Amino acid sequence: MGLGAYIAVSAVLFAIGVVCIVARRNMIYVLMGIEMILNAANINFVAFNRFNGDAMDGRMFAIFVIILAAAEAAVALGIVLNVYHLFESIKPGDADLMRD
Amino acid sequence: MDDKLQKPFYALLGVVTLGLLGWGASSAGAQGVAFGLFTALTLGGSLICVWERSVVRSAFSLMGTFTGVAGLFLLLGADFLAVAQILIYVGGILALILFGVMLSPPDLAERKLSRVLGGLALMLGAVAWVGSKVAGTVTWATADVLPEPSTKVDEIGVGFLDPEGYVVPFELAAMILTVALVAAVYIARRKASDLTDPRAEERA
Amino acid sequence: MDFLQFNPEVDFKLLLAVPLIPLVGYVVQIFFGRFLPRKGDWLLTAGMFATMCITVLMAAKAISHGFSSSEPFFHLSKDVGMSFSWFYQEGKDAADPLNMTAGLLYDGLGAAMLAVVGIVSFFVHLFSTGYMKGDKRYHIFFANISLFTVAMLGLVLSDNILFLFVFWEIMGLMSYLLIGHFSHDPSTPFFHRWATWASKKAFLTTRVGDCCLLIGMMMFWQNFQTFQFTELWRLTSEEVARNGGEWPQWMTIAGLFIFGGTVGKSAQFPLHIWLPDAMAGPTPVSAMIHAATMVAAGVFLLGRTFPILSPDVLAIVTATGAVTALFAATIGVTAFDLKAVLAWSTISQLGFMVAAIGTGGIGLVAGLFHMVTHAFFKSCLFLSAGSVIHGCHHEQDMRKMGGLRKRMPLTFLAMGISTLAIAGIPMFSGFYSKDKIIQAAFMKTSLEFSGAQAFACFALPVAAALTAFYMFRMMFMTFAGEYRGDVAEGHGHGHDDHHDDHDHHIVHSEDGGIAGGHPGPVPHESPLPMTLSLLVLATLGFLGGKFWLADLDILAHSKPWFMKLVSPEKMYPGIELMNGYGAQVTDAMLKSTYDSAHTWAMIISLFVASAGIFGAWWIYGPRLRTTGQAVVRWTWTIVCLVLAYLFGVPLVGSLIEGADTLVVVAAWIIGLGLLGYVLMRTTKWIVGVFAGLSRPAPENIADGFGELYVAVANKYYIDEVVDASVIRLSMLASKFLRWFDETIVDGLVLLIGRINRSGGGVSAWFDQKVVDGAVNGVGALTQTFGFIARLFQTGRIQQYASFAVAGGLAVAAWLLLG
Repeated sequence: MGLGAYIAVSAVLFAIGVVCIVARRNMIYVLMGIEMILNAANINFVAFNRFNGDAMDGRMFAIFVIILAAAEAAVALGIVLNVYHLFESIKPGDADLMRD
Repeated sequence: MDDKLQKPFYALLGVVTLGLLGWGASSAGAQGVAFGLFTALTLGGSLICVWERSVVRSAFSLMGTFTGVAGLFLLLGADFLAVAQILIYVGGILALILFGVMLSPPDLAERKLSRVLGGLALMLGAVAWVGSKVAGTVTWATADVLPEPSTKVDEIGVGFLDPEGYVVPFELAAMILTVALVAAVYIARRKASDLTDPRAEERA
Repeated sequence: MDFLQFNPEVDFKLLLAVPLIPLVGYVVQIFFGRFLPRKGDWLLTAGMFATMCITVLMAAKAISHGFSSSEPFFHLSKDVGMSFSWFYQEGKDAADPLNMTAGLLYDGLGAAMLAVVGIVSFFVHLFSTGYMKGDKRYHIFFANISLFTVAMLGLVLSDNILFLFVFWEIMGLMSYLLIGHFSHDPSTPFFHRWATWASKKAFLTTRVGDCCLLIGMMMFWQNFQTFQFTELWRLTSEEVARNGGEWPQWMTIAGLFIFGGTVGKSAQFPLHIWLPDAMAGPTPVSAMIHAATMVAAGVFLLGRTFPILSPDVLAIVTATGAVTALFAATIGVTAFDLKAVLAWSTISQLGFMVAAIGTGGIGLVAGLFHMVTHAFFKSCLFLSAGSVIHGCHHEQDMRKMGGLRKRMPLTFLAMGISTLAIAGIPMFSGFYSKDKIIQAAFMKTSLEFSGAQAFACFALPVAAALTAFYMFRMMFMTFAGEYRGDVAEGHGHGHDDHHDDHDHHIVHSEDGGIAGGHPGPVPHESPLPMTLSLLVLATLGFLGGKFWLADLDILAHSKPWFMKLVSPEKMYPGIELMNGYGAQVTDAMLKSTYDSAHTWAMIISLFVASAGIFGAWWIYGPRLRTTGQAVVRWTWTIVCLVLAYLFGVPLVGSLIEGADTLVVVAAWIIGLGLLGYVLMRTTKWIVGVFAGLSRPAPENIADGFGELYVAVANKYYIDEVVDASVIRLSMLASKFLRWFDETIVDGLVLLIGRINRSGGGVSAWFDQKVVDGAVNGVGALTQTFGFIARLFQTGRIQQYASFAVAGGLAVAAWLLLG
């Protein structure tokens, strides 16, 4: 399969991730959408790496992205739990203390 | 109305999957079938994730996405990355999300189908439009004959520790992980003041 | 004896330690006193004991030196190294007048005064440990009284008038704090107000004198560029000699200003008004002020500055002193408050001292001598009065006392001795000094007649008679007869529980001390620290003038100790006094006048004393009619013995003058016995005579004097006059100034303000319309845009994410289409 097929998959995954973040009224979905977007980015990294001489750089970046994703997930989950504790809700729109 | 659309949605997913498999088989044989399968797994999982009303189902469907991406990594010759993807995403992050799901209240009424479908249409339309524009004009410099993919794991370890390579980002990543995990523990920790049982006061 | 030899090295340090010990005690006490056991009174009392020991040792050295030679004891300051520069300026010559040195001046006068201050202060401290017990500000009281003592000790030791002035001012401040001691105790409303008012009065009145002293001091500095006493003496005498014996006018004026300091501090007419009210302070404070410290400072200043006072000043000094002595004595006769009697007697005695110093010569020494003896017996009198007041539950009105002799025998003994001393009875210290004062006045008058001197010759003996009168009046009213105070029924108590009672008195006199002692238990003797102090001071009041037990020279044919120690030649060594007698007075004249004046002074002072005592007995003494025959006989016997002693002894003594001591004593005993016997035998007759006469009641006598009595009892309306003149004038002046301030000054300020305001109106219009308009316009614009921007700022992260994606797509579209 050519590079374009992978990029197309990555693009569609990215689009679905954005919809997941924006359309659902739940912080967990926001988290999951972010994971999708990161995965889409990873597919691109690895695919371009593969089709551009297989010089390891893309793969290394993918690994760093995975590491950051893991850290982000842990912190985000802590935030979600704290938000729920404070606002009795995990709707992103309800955490609006900083508004105005 | 939601429940009526459930079956057509999954039916559509099945049709798309079959279409993908067929298109893969026709274009690249066995490898194409594998590509179609993994693509269907990835995109189908994420679509179910967006579509489904229940967070638990969404989270489990996300497992399909992660597994599919791992399969695509395999197809791209990145064996180690595929294994790490499965280990970290499916074994770690997904478990983490499931914990979050368990610790937060279910809210089955929050999904607005119009928003999901509208968003999907908008975004996929945008992607299709950009793709059509790009596919026509941009050409990527790709090698005609792909080299054998390297399967040695130790290359990655050497890359991490090579002073010419990625030792600084590696250390930074280690630092970020440590700090993030400590911060996560700190944020999620319940304060001592929160630990008092409100019922104890009522009893008193 | 070796240890009585003068040793500059050691003695300098000892003398420095004299004011430093109580000073250190003060610092410790004021900060940590309340945390110490017994609130730290033992610390300061022990410190004062050490100070007293040093002062007495140094006085012993001075006496052992001063008696044996005609040279001054030691007169050390700048030259000998007993000094330190305290205002030293780099780059100026060491001899520059602005490079000031401070040192110790310790001569016979300083030795005597220092010892007196040390002794009296120590016993006042000791007395206070009993008297002030239970006071709320006990530790503060001790700290203050200690600093008060430091000020006086430093003042005595100062070798320059500037340092003397510094200590003088410290003393003024401490007197203010101590007189106002009760002003912090709202539990005694009367004292609370009175003490506040009295302390202010004392401070402000003495301030007038202080200003005078400062001006006089500066006038001398302007002319002589020095503050050193020794330099001032020398330069003055040289200046007058250069002037051919004429005193420059500025010197007279400056001398008057310096005397003004004495008038304020030593409560001379007309600035005496603060002293009677100073008894608002605790009694030990009164004892300090009246005896050793405050008022003595003024007299001491006269002693230190005597050579720079011109004859004109001295005449005024004498006149002021004589007036003060006489008029204060008359007021003392009418006072009913126990402490007021003593206060007026102090003013009167100070008048004696000042008048004597004004006469110069032996008068100078006699005045200073009287200051010393007066310190002993007046401190004893005040402490005894404190003991009486303490015993009578803070009753101060003598009309509510009486019959205390049996209840307070030790106090009676001490007070009796001191009263005899102040009345001028031979053997007692006051006799020797007062006798000399009257002698000095006679001498001066007979040698150089002047109006002031003649007036002093008349006023001083009359004042002495009145002194004897009012002092014995006080004794009779307080100690004789029956107790006239209220005694609470069923509240008798023994000696065991009176300690609890002391706390009770001071802390709980709700109805305010002097205004009315409340009915309490019968009067009782005071505790040991108080009576011990009384008896020691009474002993000094007895023998302090002349230690006649040693030589039996009762009539002072030889010089008393003070006159051996202090003389003009020893006080001002090497200075030729220019304000003494004129050239026409020869030494022979001086000698012959001395003897005749001495005889006359003695006769007159004995006469006035006995007349005063008899008058007091006649009016206030116990009524024979009302007591039994045995009491009549016994009382009369005492009177006979006193009369026999008063008239018989001097007669015999003067008859056989020059005879052997043993013969004098024998003749004295025989004469006394004979006279006593004769008088006793005639008792019945005399009693008959007196019983036949009706003795007048005090009230009738007072009525007989009519308006005069009222005037005297109201202190000659001096307070009222001051109130109407000085204070009212000040008030009028301040009212005028206030009017001036409010109308003229404020008017000007307001005018300028109005001008500014109208200018400001224009500016404000411009500011509001133009500047603010521009600023507001910008603000409104910003607000409008902000309102629009705010629509996007919903705070919903998902909207933000949508915007981000939309932005990304827009960029992509722009790139692809552009």
